[in-house]
Amino acid sequence: MAISDDEVSAIARLARLEIKEQDLAAVGAGLGRVLEFVRQMDAIDTTNIEPLAHPLELAAHRRADEVLEPDLRDVYQLGAPQVQNALYLVPKVIE
Amino acid sequence: MEWQPVIGLEIHSQLATASKIFSAASTGYGAEPNTQASAVDLGLPGVLPVLNEKVVEMAVLFGLAIGATISNASIFARKNYFYPDLPKGYQISQYEEPIVAGGRIEIRLPDDHIKIIDVTRAHLEEDAGKSVHEDFDRSTGIDLNRAGTPLLEIVSEPQMHSAAEAVAYMRAMHQLVRYLGICDGNMQEGSFRCDANVSVRPLGESTLGTRTEIKNLNSFRFVERAIQFEIDRQIEVIENGGQIHQVTMLYDADRHETRTMRSKEDAHDYRYFPDPDLLPIEITDDYIQSMANSLPELPAQKRKRFVDEYALTSKDAEILCEDRGIADYFEQATAASSGNPRLCANWITGELFAALNASNLQIEASPVGPAALGVLVSRIADNTISGKIAKQIFETMWETGQDPDDVIAEQGLQQVTDDSAIANLVEQVLNDNPDQIEQYRAGKDKVFGFFVGQVMKLSQGKANPKQVNKLLKARLDN
Repeated sequence: MAISDDEVSAIARLARLEIKEQDLAAVGAGLGRVLEFVRQMDAIDTTNIEPLAHPLELAAHRRADEVLEPDLRDVYQLGAPQVQNALYLVPKVIE
Repeated sequence: MEWQPVIGLEIHSQLATASKIFSAASTGYGAEPNTQASAVDLGLPGVLPVLNEKVVEMAVLFGLAIGATISNASIFARKNYFYPDLPKGYQISQYEEPIVAGGRIEIRLPDDHIKIIDVTRAHLEEDAGKSVHEDFDRSTGIDLNRAGTPLLEIVSEPQMHSAAEAVAYMRAMHQLVRYLGICDGNMQEGSFRCDANVSVRPLGESTLGTRTEIKNLNSFRFVERAIQFEIDRQIEVIENGGQIHQVTMLYDADRHETRTMRSKEDAHDYRYFPDPDLLPIEITDDYIQSMANSLPELPAQKRKRFVDEYALTSKDAEILCEDRGIADYFEQATAASSGNPRLCANWITGELFAALNASNLQIEASPVGPAALGVLVSRIADNTISGKIAKQIFETMWETGQDPDDVIAEQGLQQVTDDSAIANLVEQVLNDNPDQIEQYRAGKDKVFGFFVGQVMKLSQGKANPKQVNKLLKARLDN
């Protein structure tokens, strides 16, 4: 199951990955093999089988609605490349 | 050609929880930047989201209130896109199996017609952070306090056909979420906002035209104006031989126009998939039943009950039921008024609303409480005071927070209802004004008003006006 160069480029753009022109075919082939592997499941008859949302047969734990988090801003911001006025700075984004 | 606009709304309603949907950080508004952004909200590696039980409760309440189906096994999905105020690179939302499916709401149109709008679904999701563009030259500042704030996104069917209908729908939803206590409805702070999908088609056509989406409308006025502008723009483009492209628009309130924000080329490819970090939300029928039992009375039921139980006009019932706080105030005031609901309604929609407006206060913060207003009303009804004196007492109560009975006693404002006392006043006024008596007897009826005024003045406004009228009439006409 081959993935075309255009499809690889589109997925790469959505994932913000840079893939060089000459690597597109190889990446497409690799992705194709992954899909081929998963495709084995198509052979199974899934009529009357409920879709599985999670491999663990458990329900989500729910916590009480309480504020328990301390303000650790200063610690978290130590790891940020740039901070000003307590805001994380990123390259300018304009729509 | 005649065109039919087709409008669907996606309302983002911020759920009124103390903590976030997946972390125990505060959702409080207006805190210092990034002081309420936990490791989970920042999307730091190795952290796991844990669902807030209150969020589930609120979504289920909402679903029940609109007669929707509640999913017994709802799942969270990742909606993938890149934007700096979304640190994880995905928003946790719901795609398949939203918590609320279907349902409907009654809307009241400007001409008082009732229309039912179907709801497609309502799902839970987390809000993103906030970008600050203004303060920096080459950078954008990111505040993640809002990241992870719980939202209920309510998606309507495309069943509205004018800007006015869209606003009526939004108002009805706004009222409902406040009644349920699941959202504070504060539109300035962004707690209740919507995106509008707008298209037009020739009247009578059944397929939909290409739609555009107007983002982030946060006032009823903007919703109406932006949608109207977009309808007019689309019709003009099509009539001039152009085509509508599926784009996202932004409404610029200052210039009153919509303009293109981004083309949807990439934006719709969100690659949703079930979030492996979160297990399905299990909602049992028992749980749904217990939520159903705790549903408060909804606006439409309350309006009907106010008309039936208190004999209010439907207009008064509508005004009083607009807000749950007002409706509660009315009922508490009525309970203290010795059975005078209509007089209470008049006082609330008259004096009280005027005073609240003048002081820019919500009814919950009124210096005159419902019980005190009810007592004041009962004193008018039992003739202790006149309506005019009551206004004066109300002002004192508003300023001092005093009880009406204390004000009446302190200032000696009891209405004079003793016939002989009033007759004395009448006698005094007649003695002082022989000329006017002549005029009256000569046929000048208007002078009667002068006598009433003089007697009331002499009594310092305390004489019962009806008795004054009666006694004067009896005295002058004999």
